[in-house]
Amino acid sequence: MNENQKLMQDLYKTTETKYDIFKEPEIAYLFVHQNKVIGSQLIPGLEIDTEELEDGINANITVKEGVIIHKPVHLCFGMFPETGVQKIIMRVNIKKNAKISILAHCSFPNASDVKHIMEAKINIGEGAEYSYFERHIHGIKGGVKVYPQALVELEKGAKFKTEFELLKGRVGLIEIDYETICKAGSVMDMNVRINGTKDDIIKIKETGNLVGEGARGVLTSRIAVRGNARAEVYNKISATAAYARGHVDCKEIIQDNGAAIAVPIVEVNHSKALVTHEAAIGSVDSKQLETLMARGLTEDEAVELIIQGLLS
Amino acid sequence: MGILELKNLRLILNGKKILNNINIDFKESHIYAIVGPNGAGKSTLAFTIMGLAGYRKIEGEIFFKGECINNLGIDERARKGITLGWQEPARYEGLTVYDFIVAAAKDKSTANVKEVLLKVGLNPNEYIKRAVDKTLSGGERKKIELASILAMAPDVVILDEPDSGIDVESLEKIFEIIRLLKSKGKTIILITHGLAVLKQAEYAYLMCHGEIIDKGPIKKISRYFGNKCIPCAHKNLPEVEGNIDE
Repeated sequence: MNENQKLMQDLYKTTETKYDIFKEPEIAYLFVHQNKVIGSQLIPGLEIDTEELEDGINANITVKEGVIIHKPVHLCFGMFPETGVQKIIMRVNIKKNAKISILAHCSFPNASDVKHIMEAKINIGEGAEYSYFERHIHGIKGGVKVYPQALVELEKGAKFKTEFELLKGRVGLIEIDYETICKAGSVMDMNVRINGTKDDIIKIKETGNLVGEGARGVLTSRIAVRGNARAEVYNKISATAAYARGHVDCKEIIQDNGAAIAVPIVEVNHSKALVTHEAAIGSVDSKQLETLMARGLTEDEAVELIIQGLLS
Repeated sequence: MGILELKNLRLILNGKKILNNINIDFKESHIYAIVGPNGAGKSTLAFTIMGLAGYRKIEGEIFFKGECINNLGIDERARKGITLGWQEPARYEGLTVYDFIVAAAKDKSTANVKEVLLKVGLNPNEYIKRAVDKTLSGGERKKIELASILAMAPDVVILDEPDSGIDVESLEKIFEIIRLLKSKGKTIILITHGLAVLKQAEYAYLMCHGEIIDKGPIKKISRYFGNKCIPCAHKNLPEVEGNIDE
């Protein structure tokens, strides 16, 4: 095993997923440690071109027209040093009627002062489908600052689904800024689930522009803030075409001295469009809590279980 | 002394007597019913026994297995062996049926979770991964709550309106569970204003305006369901006046 393979294995181990899957020839992957590409495997129909930068990489990902990739493609970004910057500039092009699901593992297990910046421009072609599941592993120091930014364009009948989850460790600072432009008949579904503790800061800004007839979109946020953590969620859906349908759904649980702001914005500029919203911020529901306590769980155990459920 | 004893229990909220001078001695391995009209204080009594927030400032005493539990929290009472099933069970976004049951279970094996689901008439393969959320009907959530109680195996089970929102078939399944609990030596307290539920009990207490106004075998108490006549000073045509403590 060479040095890069060892680094790949160590990085992937932090995600607590089986490394063996990378021995399978039909699994495509790209491993980036700080600004070095340390491993990659491609499959027919998938192109990934990378360029190493001073503090990160450029990555151009293309799925050719009509290509359906059945198994998730793994992108593993991260770094072991306690300090530094990792900037990922991605251009993603999913051609007409192609389909791909990406599992992005972002791991910063030792971070005390690390910036992880993602700038993505994504085009999902007509009838194409793109899923992007981003799973973060952070250290316990709260020393990570994450800035994911994406502009996603969905062509006619395209589908886009994204999930952002912090699986382990402290948030530090997460500042998400995603915007989608949804053309006729396209479907967008964006989900964020984050658990903030201590002095973590969570800022989410998601915008869905339903510009095409029959475009549909949902923005879902599930946030828990405990200790002195703070969360701000600004989710907006605007509908400017007939039969466009959108929904903004934000739920935040606050415990201890946590604080949260939720601002769902709905904007409709067409008489045949409909956008709805719901937002709830508060402590854990007393009946949920008392039911679990009446089964013998302590208050802390019950709160933890309820929050785990909400974020699952 | 029975397994659970209420002695001169009073609950006063905002200067109003919500429960007044309740004296009940619940014996082990018996099924009891607490009946009465809406607002009689039946659910309040259940919440007070369980020690829910807002129902803790009581006068009198609650003894469980001979120990005064007035100062114990909900979870401490539960770990001693008391639990409560709600009229309208809570919904939990994202929390699976499996996690909900296992959280309460003494035996945390998957086999046990499946077994208790089967006992309440739910197919484990269909339900174990589902969330205990709004996608389940009230009846399904009620059965899942009963499954969690079976897994917890407490000594005293209080069920608040077990027939609420339940179809006839499911109600018979719930009655089966109640009989199963009794066969295992548990004490069941049914809070109800339904005759069908009352008939599952062996002994009943009639409440009105926070007081026990009558008690006795089911045959005696069930007559109040026939003419809706409650023998106390608060209703028309009282047959008997005053409070019956003994």
